[in-house]
Amino acid sequence: MGSDWETVIGLEIHAQLATRSKIFSGSPTAYGAPPNTQANLVDLGYPGVLPVLNAEAVRMAIKFGLAIGARIATHSVFARKNYFYPDLPKGYQISQYELPIVAHGALEILLDDGARKRVGITRAHLEEDAGKSLHEGLARWTGIDLNRAGTPLLEIVSEPDLRSAREAIAYMKKVHTLVRYLEICDGNMQEGSFRCDANVSVRRRGATQLGTRAEIKNVNSFRFVERAIQYEVARQIELIESGGKVVQETRLYDPDRGETRSMRTKEEANDYRYFPDPDLLPLAVPRSLIEEVGRSLPELPDQKAERLASQYGLTEYDASVLTASRELASYYEEVVRETRGDPKLAANWVMGELAAALNRDGLDIGRSRLPPAGLARLLARIADATISGKIAKEVFEAMWASGRDADAIIAERGLTQITDTSAIERVIEEVLAKNPGQLAEYRSGKDKLFGFFVGQVMKATQGKANPGQVNELLRRKLSS
Amino acid sequence: MKGRSLAELSAGLRGREFSSVELTRHLLGRVAAAQPTLNALVCITADLALAQAQAADREIAAGRAGPLTGVPIIHKDIFCTDGVQTSCGSRMLAGFIAPYDATVVAKLRSAGMVMLGKANMDEFAMGSSNETSFFGPVRNPWDLARVPGGSSGGSAAAVAARLAPAATATDTGGSIRQPAALCGVTGIKPTYGRVSRYGMIAFASSLDQGGIITVSAEDAAIILGAMAGFDPRDSTSVDRPVPDYRTALDRPVAGLRIGLLKEFFEKGLEPDIERHVRAALEVYRRLGAVVKEVSLPSIGLSVPAYYVVAPAECSSNLARFDGVRFGHRCQDPRDLADLYRRSRGEGFGAEVKRRIITGTYVLSAGYYDAYYLKAQRVRQLIATDFERAFAEVDVIMGPTTPTTAFELGAKTADPVTMYLNDIYTIGANLAGLPAMSIPCGFAAGLPVGLQLIGPHFSEERLLGAAHAYQRETDWHRRVPPGYE
Repeated sequence: MGSDWETVIGLEIHAQLATRSKIFSGSPTAYGAPPNTQANLVDLGYPGVLPVLNAEAVRMAIKFGLAIGARIATHSVFARKNYFYPDLPKGYQISQYELPIVAHGALEILLDDGARKRVGITRAHLEEDAGKSLHEGLARWTGIDLNRAGTPLLEIVSEPDLRSAREAIAYMKKVHTLVRYLEICDGNMQEGSFRCDANVSVRRRGATQLGTRAEIKNVNSFRFVERAIQYEVARQIELIESGGKVVQETRLYDPDRGETRSMRTKEEANDYRYFPDPDLLPLAVPRSLIEEVGRSLPELPDQKAERLASQYGLTEYDASVLTASRELASYYEEVVRETRGDPKLAANWVMGELAAALNRDGLDIGRSRLPPAGLARLLARIADATISGKIAKEVFEAMWASGRDADAIIAERGLTQITDTSAIERVIEEVLAKNPGQLAEYRSGKDKLFGFFVGQVMKATQGKANPGQVNELLRRKLSS
Repeated sequence: MKGRSLAELSAGLRGREFSSVELTRHLLGRVAAAQPTLNALVCITADLALAQAQAADREIAAGRAGPLTGVPIIHKDIFCTDGVQTSCGSRMLAGFIAPYDATVVAKLRSAGMVMLGKANMDEFAMGSSNETSFFGPVRNPWDLARVPGGSSGGSAAAVAARLAPAATATDTGGSIRQPAALCGVTGIKPTYGRVSRYGMIAFASSLDQGGIITVSAEDAAIILGAMAGFDPRDSTSVDRPVPDYRTALDRPVAGLRIGLLKEFFEKGLEPDIERHVRAALEVYRRLGAVVKEVSLPSIGLSVPAYYVVAPAECSSNLARFDGVRFGHRCQDPRDLADLYRRSRGEGFGAEVKRRIITGTYVLSAGYYDAYYLKAQRVRQLIATDFERAFAEVDVIMGPTTPTTAFELGAKTADPVTMYLNDIYTIGANLAGLPAMSIPCGFAAGLPVGLQLIGPHFSEERLLGAAHAYQRETDWHRRVPPGYE
């Protein structure tokens, strides 16, 4: 990619709000039910039915707005976005257009070089989702499943502040973390609960005008968003450099072929004929509700990371990893609380062995085979020198596989560290007696053989000798 | 049972003079006899009516009867009725069986009313003559060559011909008051939000309001009390207690300040209608009311503003009729565009298409500000005009329509002439005000309507004023020849 080009990206994230019922009807929102079993007459757009706004969706939008330091509108308006499509039962989508409930917020992202960057959030508005068209197994027909129709969405629109695919992903992950912290979205990308449209353009470095953008629709994984943006940036630069022009259009990312394809150009775009929905009164949010929601906000990811860093002496990076989800952070803090020991050791284990094991088994922290107290008991045995860190890894694997307690495994396998000085001295003497040649070489100045003797002692004790003691006793013996 | 008002029929039922089944049979007979000439109904639900009447008689026998128990009613076909065709006067919904009751229907059903059938209407309530109905025009019982008005033409004609003591109706730009005037019956359009719109097929959501057509203001008061009230399913319905409209009827009109609306007498008004309206005001004066002239300077803009706002909303409201889930679907669609084009092209009539096209145009990018936003501002001006007027007077009165019932086909060629029929009624819709039309005389044998408009939620005042007039006059008791 030519370094004389600058990439400009803005994201529109659709977060499905975790309400029990739909945004304008009482139907449940649970995923995966048989087609059209979670759609009532309102969702089906039957003649005569009317929408009634779900108050919980409004609370969730306010929660998000407060968490990004945005302005919460005390007066916002639902509009109709008119277009025909079979999965859009009313022939219009109810959305907020001119007056959204949330405006002028921002989030900070941590860049690869450790710097922080503020990403502006233009607006976040409430709207309803459409249904789905089904094609599989329906020759010559298109099936319509309206279970998803009317599911509440919060559309989060960023400023064009992002300058690379990496930054876009960092921002998207930040939003993902935040909505889960707030418990307003389950963040499940496979089920489409969290998806993203990316507006991508390029311009010559130093240019002040934005280039013509393409909108990449509905990408539903972090990896695909990154790849789609990278592909699109390369395509646009190549196009311009070869004398072409980027056209404003909607493009679709094809994950199988790793490319974006044109869906429709601006000329083919719908005129949505937005106008205020006369079935819904303007949404009035009283100050008291904003204050009440404000009081219910949990500790936010940035606040938590800051607190963890200062309270436990962690690096900014470690603190940000440990606060990637509320569950992970509370797991970590419980481990620290239980061990009453070294928070740094706990951090290393949670981010190291535990994360690796979870990843290997495809589990999230909430379904860890090892509860925080179990891990804490293992770390306590490292701290009180019952076992070494190396042995602890073996114990960890056994605990993970069997669900048994650390102490039981240590006792059963006889892994208790040898700290008895006379016992270690006995082994040292045996090792030296068995290796007279090496001993002579060491004595004649080959210092490097010290490590060889340590290794032999550890081997003779099956790794159970306390390494610190081995070093000290061996040094004393050899220098005597 | 002949020629009785709803109040009298209600008393007769509870006094066991006759049963609901007898009354229902009697009226079903009248409905069947009148149907070939008037075409006031699109569907007669005789079996259902008799079953409901039997149930009502059991309630009466058990001493659990309310004022509406066992009283028959006809519902405008715009109201969804569970298990019964709800066609909205359109081919699009011919044969559509609604799977639920509109709130109004459910409330009146639970009050014990007996549904005789569904009233004919202009297609999707778009029309002022009932000539746009897919089921053919309704005829005016006072003169079969003439229209009953619209869009609630079937409701008004049915009550005028005494096929039922009451019929539900809806009013977006005059669709209750104008046919009530042309058929010589009483009609009330309540304050926007007073009656739930849930289950009432939407034409222009910000203007539509359900109401009732009856013989008298007293009858209207009885039914309105059962229809009105907050509905959690309708966000635009107003959460405000429903007064006892019937006891409000006897409020004296002495001291009532009546505003005679200057602009309604300026041009285009038939002299006979003006004469009757002025005579009606004399009756009020005699009763101690004070009549003074008031002006609504912006009212002249109401027709153009209405014909922007109403089509805009209709173009969106009618988008759901796409042949996908319910309603008319064309034969063998080639593709999606063909399905839409032919289903909608075949399902909708000319007037509905005209309004959808107009509405789509005024909402389009580049035209929205010039039309839709400007119309909304005009609407605000008109509302402010009314507010100012109501600082000086309690009720505004004037004619309901500029002419009496016209002949079938007389205005179908020119939509604008047809639209001007609603010139006096549209203002109340744009401002969301309650308004009534009551019979106040006859011109060349055709009924004349007096319109009463009040401030928001002044239904009691309007009904009281109408009732006071109806105690002094008998225009509302006149029955078309041949329907006695």
